Order: sequence, then C-alpha cells, then structure tokens
Amino acid sequence: MIDQTSRLRLARQVRLKLDPRSGKQMLLYPERGLELNEIAARVAGLCAQERSVARTVAEIVDEMVAAAAGTPRERIETEVLEFLRALEDRGLLAVQKTGPHEPEDT
Amino acid sequence: MTARGMTDSPRPYTLIAELTYRCPLACGYCSNPLTLDRHTDELDTSAWSRVFAEAAALGILQVNLTGGEPLVRADLESLVAAARERDLYTNLITSGIPADGARLARLAAAGLDSVQISIQDTDPQGAAWIAGRDDSEAKLEMAAATRALGLPLTLNVVLHRGNIARVPELIALAERLGAARLELANTQYLGWALANREALLPARADVEEARRQALAARERLRGKIEVLFVRPDYYADRPRACMDGWARRYLLVTPDGIALPCHQALGITSLHWQNVRAHSLADLWNDAPSFRAFRGEDWMPDPCRTCDERETDFGGCRCQAFALLGDAAATDPACALAPRHDLVVAARLRAETPRATEPSPIRLRRLRSAS
Ligand code: SF4
Ligand code: SF4
Repeated sequence: MIDQTSRLRLARQVRLKLDPRSGKQMLLYPERGLELNEIAARVAGLCAQERSVARTVAEIVDEMVAAAAGTPRERIETEVLEFLRALEDRGLLAVQKTGPHEPEDT
Repeated sequence: MTARGMTDSPRPYTLIAELTYRCPLACGYCSNPLTLDRHTDELDTSAWSRVFAEAAALGILQVNLTGGEPLVRADLESLVAAARERDLYTNLITSGIPADGARLARLAAAGLDSVQISIQDTDPQGAAWIAGRDDSEAKLEMAAATRALGLPLTLNVVLHRGNIARVPELIALAERLGAARLELANTQYLGWALANREALLPARADVEEARRQALAARERLRGKIEVLFVRPDYYADRPRACMDGWARRYLLVTPDGIALPCHQALGITSLHWQNVRAHSLADLWNDAPSFRAFRGEDWMPDPCRTCDERETDFGGCRCQAFALLGDAAATDPACALAPRHDLVVAARLRAETPRATEPSPIRLRRLRSAS
C-alpha cells in the first residue's frame, strides 16, 4: 500500500507519451492507454524521477500555488494518492518503501 | 483506451496489424476469416512500414502485431523497428510457436514493448483437441524467455466448453510464469467459432463458476496480475460494446491490406471493403462507406434507437447480426431485447445437453496452402 514515504517509479512497461492529437499526456502500457489530466501528468512525470509521495505532493502544491490555482492542499494530496493507487492496482508502479527517517535526496 | 461517450468523434488508438494468416496451430475458435485462402498475398515490409507511418499520423498510439502467427514473418524484427520508429507502443500477439528465445531477444532489441502469448489449455490433450497439436512446453519456454528479457507478459486464453473447467489451473499458471495480465476471454461465436459452436459453447453453470474463480483471483492478485474475464455474450443478456463501437477506436489491416474496423468485419459481405494498397489509412478511416456504415446512431433499428444502453454498447456487434441474421443493421441477437434473441436462447439450451462425446469433434482452422 502506498503512503507518504513510498518512493515511486513507473513500471518498466509504461511509456509516457504526449498525444499530438489532444495535447494531453498519455500513459501507455500493454494494449491500453490512460489519458492523464494535469495533476496526473505531473505525478507521472515526477515518478520518472523516483521521488517520494510526500515530495511529489509538495512539489505539485507549490506549483499550483505559484500558478494561483487556489486548490486546497488536501484536495491535491487526495487526488495524487488516488491516482497513484489506481496505477498500483494496474501494476504500473514500482513502489519502494523507505523508512520514515531516511533522508530525502533529489 | 479511455472510455468516452459516443458523441466524441471517432479516433483510432490501436492498429491491429494482421501480418499473415499462416499459423502452425489450427484453433477451432480462430478469429481469422473462414476465407483465409483468399488473403495470402501479404503486404511486404515497406508496405507495412508505410501503414505504421500513416497510422501514427492518424493519431494511433499502439500497434498489435498479430496474425495468424506473426513469428512466421521473416521480417518481424524490421516490422517491430518500423513501428517503434513511429513511436507506437508495440505489442506482439503470438501463439509463441515456432518457439525461439534468441528470436525474442532480437525482437526486444528492435524495441518490442510487450508480449501476449496464447495458452490453449493446461491439459495437453485439451490443447491438442482445440489446436490440432500440443505445444504446451514450448509456449512455457517462450513465456519464461519473455520474462527473462524484462518484457511484460500477457497470457491470453480463449475459453470454451473444452477448457472452461480449468480456469483455476490457468490462473496458477499465470502466477507461476509471472504474467502481468491474464485474459480469460470466452469465445466470440463468429467465423470458425460459429462453425464449431455446438462443440464450444459451455453450459451456463460452467461459465458462472469460471467467472467466480476469475473474480476471486482478480481481488487476490490485484496489483500483481490484472485478471480479466470476458463472459460469452450469449450469457450476458446485453451485448458487448464490440470494439468500443464500430470504427471508433480500432483499425485493423488484414495480411493482404484490407482495412477493417474489427477482426470479423470481412464476414459482412454486404459491405465493400477497401485496401491500403489503393487508399491512405486516413481516407479509409474518415471516408470509406464501410467505416461510416455503423458509426453513431443513425443506422440503429428499434429497439436500440430509443434504448438507454445505446451509448454504452453502441448497439452491439454488427458482425454477429450479419452472421446470425444476414442483416448487419439488425439488433444484435445477443441482446435480450432483440427480436431474434430466440436464436441465442436456443443455442444456450443446446449447451445444457450433454454431448455424446466430450469433447466433440471440431473443424480445425486450416490454410490449404499452409507452410
Ligand atoms: S487462434 Fe490459433 S490458429 Fe488462429 S492465429 Fe491464433 S494460434 Fe493460430
Ligand atoms: S436494444 Fe440495442 S442499445 Fe439496447 S441493450 Fe439491446 S443492443 Fe444495446
């Protein structure tokens, strides 16, 4: 199960691709595809860099605040976690657990 | 791909490239046309490369390299490379035969993204009954080779009267092989499978038991193996959303270049099918009368045209309507509301009757000019 300290990486079978037709990011995996909304696309992009959940949320919140989007932090956090769990259910995420005190690197 | 209502415009996401109808196996449910022998003039490497380029330009994101058996194409490595050059997510849909781990490694090096291997049965006799031969061991080697290369593995099993009792064993096999996905898809009774329907259609209780097993496995294996169970539409009372709607998300090209909206559409002989040798993929997708024939709702008869389900199932399968009624615009007889649902009910009733011999004889899928 994913929590704030999990480190995330997209499973090897997953390819991120910008759909030239819609301008949206697509997550491609065997015989399927998921069209990503803005937050999901950012999360998927950050997964490619093996960040922890906490760090991913923080980064997205900062961005959205900077963009004056005004979305409450909890809403973003929930959406990020829901998306990650959906990926995990589909086996599209390689999750690594880290101890709560392990230092974060970037 | 992402599900949407039928109001949004048709846009193909997946190209199904049937590279050849040659195949070492002879499955009695094969989705290839009964008229295999008319389609032996295969597109060459450069013609397929052009098709992949046109597909990508049309917005297609995935390609399924299938057949027949794609491994019998000597140029498969080049075709994988050509698909990847267009940034298509490239799936190999194979029986795994002829098994050759070194070949698989070359395909992976050419950029192959995923491998789907068909499993006929866990029982060698059952496999030989349905496919004319048993390749169980060679298939397992190919599955292991796929995993060793780090490629995601899907196992695909077509369920029928002969193997539906072995769903638990099939699930155990998928676990043992480290598959990412297990498709337990009941036979679609069209083409070869319709010719063999008496021998293939299981009784209702067996379908329900298999479904129960599959759903339990889906829960237990969530996050490890995606377990899919596709009911036979004969037992569903509502039709399948066949191909996510006619000519809406999928585009198929036959070995000799005919463009179709699905595997079975060639069977609809009332439509005129056109070839990629003479037309661009975009022209075929956008303008071919055959592709436009059943898009949207205008073609729908009663009771579909006023039915609440029509945005969910798109009015069911056109190929089934044609195969059972000779009218591709009729309501799919799999639907309990269809005027001719009695045809499906009658087949179901016969499936409850034990056969004189089980498994009963079937007509194997053979190409007269088979290699
Ligand atoms: S269903 Fe069987 S006969 Fe048909 S292409 Fe696949 S392996 Fe070959
Ligand atoms: S009547 Fe037509 S639209 Fe309604 S469920 Fe049956 S096939 Fe689907």
